[in-house]
Amino acid sequence: MPVSHTATAPEATTDRALRAYLHGLPGVDEVGARARAQDLATRSIKTTAKAQAIDLAISMVDLTTLEGADTRGKVRALCAKAALPDPADRTVPRVGAVCVYPDMVATAVEALRGTGVGVASVATAFPAGRAPLEVKLADTRRAVADGAAEIDMVIDRGAFLSGDYLKVHDEIVAVKEACGPAHLKVILETGELVTYDNVRRASHLAIRAGADFIKTSTGKVAPAATPPVVLVMLEAVRDHYAATGARVGVKPAGGIRTTKDAIRQLVLVNEIAGPAWLTPDLFRIGASSLLNDLLMQRTRLTTGTYPGPDYYTQD
Amino acid sequence: MIFEYAPAPESRSVVTLRETYDLFVDGEFTPAKSDEYLTSLNPADETELARVAVAGEADVDRAVAAARRAYDTVWSRMSGAERGKYLFRIARIIQERSRELAVLESMDNGKPIKETRDVDLPLVAAHFFYYAGWADKLRHAGLGPDPRPLGVAAQVIPWNFPLLMLAWKIAPALATGNTVVLKPAETTPLTALVFAEICQEADLPPGVVNILTGAGATGRALVEHPGTDKVAFTGSTEVGRGIARSVAGTDKRLTLELGGKGANIVYDDAAIDQAVEGIVTGIFFNQGHVCCAGSRLLVQESIADELLPRLKDRVAKLRLGDPLDKNTDIGAINSAAQLERIRELTDSGTDEGVERWSPPCELPSAGYWFAPTLLTGVSQAHRVAREEIFGPVLSVLTFRTPQEAVAKANNTPYGLSAGVWTEKGSRMLWTAERLRAGVIWSNTFNKFDPTSPFGGYKESGYGREGGRHGLEAYLG
Repeated sequence: MPVSHTATAPEATTDRALRAYLHGLPGVDEVGARARAQDLATRSIKTTAKAQAIDLAISMVDLTTLEGADTRGKVRALCAKAALPDPADRTVPRVGAVCVYPDMVATAVEALRGTGVGVASVATAFPAGRAPLEVKLADTRRAVADGAAEIDMVIDRGAFLSGDYLKVHDEIVAVKEACGPAHLKVILETGELVTYDNVRRASHLAIRAGADFIKTSTGKVAPAATPPVVLVMLEAVRDHYAATGARVGVKPAGGIRTTKDAIRQLVLVNEIAGPAWLTPDLFRIGASSLLNDLLMQRTRLTTGTYPGPDYYTQD
Repeated sequence: MIFEYAPAPESRSVVTLRETYDLFVDGEFTPAKSDEYLTSLNPADETELARVAVAGEADVDRAVAAARRAYDTVWSRMSGAERGKYLFRIARIIQERSRELAVLESMDNGKPIKETRDVDLPLVAAHFFYYAGWADKLRHAGLGPDPRPLGVAAQVIPWNFPLLMLAWKIAPALATGNTVVLKPAETTPLTALVFAEICQEADLPPGVVNILTGAGATGRALVEHPGTDKVAFTGSTEVGRGIARSVAGTDKRLTLELGGKGANIVYDDAAIDQAVEGIVTGIFFNQGHVCCAGSRLLVQESIADELLPRLKDRVAKLRLGDPLDKNTDIGAINSAAQLERIRELTDSGTDEGVERWSPPCELPSAGYWFAPTLLTGVSQAHRVAREEIFGPVLSVLTFRTPQEAVAKANNTPYGLSAGVWTEKGSRMLWTAERLRAGVIWSNTFNKFDPTSPFGGYKESGYGREGGRHGLEAYLG
């Protein structure tokens, strides 16, 4: 279907121009990318730096529930936790957003009213994205109408892998338009893209099509947000900033369960994209079980004792 | 926001330093007859670590005699399998004591704990394990049906990788049935002395390994001693020349591993972020105190404008400071003398008109420090493109064609290492075939492995260490 390019979309894009651009990007050497990520994983973050990192990570969490078995009650419980992660300690910052399926947006918006926590919705036929564009757009519009401030869309990996970059591009442009004022996070599902060259190309493709954030994964496919993949995506937003002066955010999601995992992600952000990205406006972590570990580590830092898991709500 | 990493210093309590160290001769620590001592400093803060005996000629005599006795009576008669057992035991003790050795190496040398912990010590143990495996298989090394040891090996090693160079020298020598007298560098003798304790702990027969500390005069006396059968030296080309002269005309065998001025060639189709990483590893690993450092960057002109800002951005993120902090990337320069030499050579570049750049970087007030430095606008004629600086200083040159890259890379008196960065396999092979260097890394740099031979062309020396080839230097 024909897509009209909005003012925020780049100049008219043809299949040939897009292919030339994406294949003209520098390659990624897999061994080298892994080695760099591994090297940064040895950074030792302790004491004041750790306390700072934990609070920052909490404020960046997109607290997520994306289960077929989700109920309104569960979503409301999650929202309560998002706004006040630790009732025993009101100095804990609230999380970045709550991320739910489209049919739960209204419930989440209602539960979060007045808390300052936004609602993100995985509209666009999540997680496979295998639906006609009209369906994806309708999904998106409905979620935004229900009050979603952020849309997490999945790209059509089949189209990307078959080299139909223009289709992927135009879908992102169309969804971006359907988002209206909502922020668009584009999920690349890097585990299905397989190579780091593809990750870099998909990142630049999404950025070029108008993504506000690029996101690694749906959480339904392994491997998900591995450090080298996040590294490659951070390089993409860094390069885009160097070329245009515009900052695009990054959201790793899937497999980040411990404070150590989260801190390693922050180190990557700090040393690859730079400290300017160390804000929930430009970096989010999609997670469900991570928050409790962050809270436990935070308590341990402030009180010196490590509380048991029963001191925190299980969702 | 600013994410400042809090200091994460490794504990010094794992190291027990003695006030004074004697010579290790014939299985015992014994005072030097010379009654002279030198002091080993911590280059990061100039504090004194320990006093170390200086071996004179009489001590060298004694050590060589002990090594000869051990060779004749025990070591050369022992079966390869038995020798292998000792080497395996040493390797295991090194692993067990690796934290202590890593901390001590950082304190004595100035290199970051990250490198001693993650690079030096694992490689040291790996070398002993590797050559332990060869000890009973020498007949299958392709060096003849019945290869024999040479006798007593005189070994002199440098200060840049004190324990690793010891392993490179001692492991193959012992595996092949030779006994050794080793002299570590005067600024970094301490881990070699702990290694002597490890030899005792492993019940190595007395005299098989002897460690003589001291400076240049001790090394000269050892190398020139008529009682040795083999000389192995790693260090500067200048000293290597002197050794070659002194050994000439004798029937001693000689291997030399000397200086270098490695070229790191980056083609326009390279994976650019990993190339930047490799350039950084090539020159800033171990403060650039690496004979095979990629100290000359040859970048294709068409991507120079894209690559250099990325490189500067990356270099600006290197963390310089306390070597014992686990987050430190760049530690201290090993000695005042070396710092002076780096300054002199870098200044000569500025005088000759090259452009000099360092990131904003606060240097600690005590100790010997030099900020990571890029020199651009360098041509082949400049001293900084020809002489080995042996510090964190990268000279950047450009080229237009592969032919020009190879010509420039080879246009040096040295020939130790080179790196080639390209995503195109045919270009990689074309280039590697034409480079005259002992080691050529492809899309990586400064990677070492005990199974891989290492050594140079031209003024970078002769002979190979490591791998099966490394056995040859110790077998007749």
